[in-house]
Amino acid sequence: MPVVLVTDVLVWLLAAAVAGFVLYCRRRPHLAAPWSRVFRNPAAMASLVFLALYVALGLLDSVHFRPVLERKTEASRTAYSSDVLSALDVMLSHLRGRSEKTYSAPLATRSYAKEQLELPDGRQLREFPRLRFGGAHLKDEAEHAADVAKRAAAGLVAAGLLWAAFGVVVRRLKRRNPAVPWLPAYLALGVIFMLAGPAVALSSGYHVLGTDKVGQDVLYLALKSVRTSLVIGTVTTLVLLPLGIALGVMAGYFKGWVDDLIQYFYTTLNSIPGVLLIAAFVLMLQVVMERNADFFPTAAHRADVRLLALCAILGLTSWTGLARLLRGESLKLSGLEYIQAAHAFGVSDARILARHILPNVAHIVIIALVMDFSGLVLAEAVLSYVGVGVDPSTISFGTMINAARMEMGREPVVWWSLAAAFVFMFVLVLAANLFADAVRDGFDPRVRIGAVAA
Amino acid sequence: MLAYLVRRVLYAIPILIGVNLITFALFFVVNTPDDMARMQLGSKRVTPEAIEKWKAERGYDLPLLWNSGAAGAAKATQTIFFQKSAKLFVFEFGASEDQRDIGTEIRARMWPSLALALPVFLVGLAVCITFALLMAFFRASYLDLSGVVLCVAMMSISTLFYIIGGQYIASKLWHLVPISGYAGGLDAQRFLVLPVVIGVVSGIGASSRWYRTIFLEEIGKDYVRTARAKGLAEGTVLFRHVLKNALIPILTGVVVVIPLLFLGSLLSESFFGIPGLGSYTIDAIQAQDFAVVRSMVFIGSLLYIAGLILTDISYTVVDPRIQLQ
Repeated sequence: MPVVLVTDVLVWLLAAAVAGFVLYCRRRPHLAAPWSRVFRNPAAMASLVFLALYVALGLLDSVHFRPVLERKTEASRTAYSSDVLSALDVMLSHLRGRSEKTYSAPLATRSYAKEQLELPDGRQLREFPRLRFGGAHLKDEAEHAADVAKRAAAGLVAAGLLWAAFGVVVRRLKRRNPAVPWLPAYLALGVIFMLAGPAVALSSGYHVLGTDKVGQDVLYLALKSVRTSLVIGTVTTLVLLPLGIALGVMAGYFKGWVDDLIQYFYTTLNSIPGVLLIAAFVLMLQVVMERNADFFPTAAHRADVRLLALCAILGLTSWTGLARLLRGESLKLSGLEYIQAAHAFGVSDARILARHILPNVAHIVIIALVMDFSGLVLAEAVLSYVGVGVDPSTISFGTMINAARMEMGREPVVWWSLAAAFVFMFVLVLAANLFADAVRDGFDPRVRIGAVAA
Repeated sequence: MLAYLVRRVLYAIPILIGVNLITFALFFVVNTPDDMARMQLGSKRVTPEAIEKWKAERGYDLPLLWNSGAAGAAKATQTIFFQKSAKLFVFEFGASEDQRDIGTEIRARMWPSLALALPVFLVGLAVCITFALLMAFFRASYLDLSGVVLCVAMMSISTLFYIIGGQYIASKLWHLVPISGYAGGLDAQRFLVLPVVIGVVSGIGASSRWYRTIFLEEIGKDYVRTARAKGLAEGTVLFRHVLKNALIPILTGVVVVIPLLFLGSLLSESFFGIPGLGSYTIDAIQAQDFAVVRSMVFIGSLLYIAGLILTDISYTVVDPRIQLQ
């Protein structure tokens, strides 16, 4: 039975909107020009490949359904599980289903914790037990290293072949569009293949990144966290954009008491320290959700509403920056001759705003959007640590770090879940930052002139 | 100047009233005190008597805005709004969930917070300006490029990782400093070294990159060309002319955070167990202590507004051409 979560709808709508925007820009040279400058940036192309991978993961993870439970008799009604799964869960079912009892190191065959074992002859023994799934196919543990090497090599070879096949495609693209630096993108793709190939090959027999405290596969958790980050980074803008654009442009254009009012409004919001304001909102949200606990059919719905509300709260508290930028810019624009000319022709305010002001501040909006993304992803982790982030049952980088931070004190150190969260998050944020820089350079005329002069 | 300041301070009052109204709306209208009581008392099947008792103990058993049952001026004062929100203006914060006076607590916790935040601020400023100046000196070279790449990479790491990683390496592997804790007086430095270093390092990426662009903007100006044309060495040009002028936007940009240093750092304090306002806030959020969160929101915005006024003053101090009227 398909399950439609609100954030799924929004994520897919956003994806469709971006695709539509791309098509729209392609047709219009003045819009396509800054983008083509972005795509000439080698770092941007490489980070775009990584971002595309993350987006693909996020989109796959945004198709949810409830699996059918086995029917007992032909006549009985089909019953659905109360677990909500996503398309990504199905693809990763071998990771999701095979959980151990507790921690185990990456690629390990034995558990992290000793257990009381009973030997066949009745003697008791305190030993590290073999894992239920990790390396369970090995009859003799002496083969462990050889088996790992064999699988990794097979994965590498397969990935290498696939990568080489992609080389043909890239060469064709290069011939069609020689100005774009395809090589960095191709190399980035190679890095992904070389890491993913062995990981896929090994994941059928081992826990590639180990397991966490309750025995869940860390690789699975890391892949699932991607969606949460993407939702926070993108859905937030749905709240932030209308508020920031409308209020910012209006303040700069109408001036007078409208400006005073809007300025008062955002200075007030701004003056409350960010985390505190978010915390206050989220605390209130928790109370409201507690009061209406029966409203949610499954735990997934509940977690989803919490995630959505978090996005709304982040948007409500962070539109002020964009509004201030837009206010300054439209204040400047509204004094220019062509706007005065429009006034003189008797063009209405609404039309001037839509036809003359908005298109001329669009670049600021685009820059602010891509710049905000990485900050939001980082904020999620901090908020989840503080306890005002996503629902504790939602898998996210924040909850992963939160669960992992006590593990550094263990002996031997449980480093893998923290390391996995670190690498996945670092790559996402770094790629977003690099891409955002390229977008800013491509769209901001001031920077371009500066670059020419320097 | 004085008249301007008075006006700025007066202008702060409506903003504080706004903040007060927002928090009042969030904490008392969206959620009634009954909800808070239920949340605090835990279970859903809590008796109405227990809720009444909880509310009476904390003074929440009053009407929100207008007490028609009281006499005279008490109609307005015997209300939640007056008792809980309006009293923030005279720094009466009331008691926290564990019945301790929030005002005393804040006054005591302010100093550990400052002891951590002030060094982070000053050392961080010095380190980032130096780093940015070096990048500007070697501009458009591979050194500069790798510096920028390093900055972007450092920006992309969550503060949580800096703290966890730093604690692990310095305290667990090298046993240089205690993992967490705090002591009063001079003894505090033992506990503060690591959080300060981590605070500085985690801020390098974003700040240095920002300062670097300011330096580069300054280097492109005419007076710099003149200085070079006079035959001044590049180092002299940078230190004598560019640094001084670029400090104007940098310093006026950071002045706004100075009052906020009293609030301390949320994450460092709670990870390192420093009994400052940051950890106080986090504990309050996690314990859902609404009274404390409300007080911290008010103090935070008060300090932010103080920062804005300081910023305006700093403009006139560093640039005599700007006159405030």
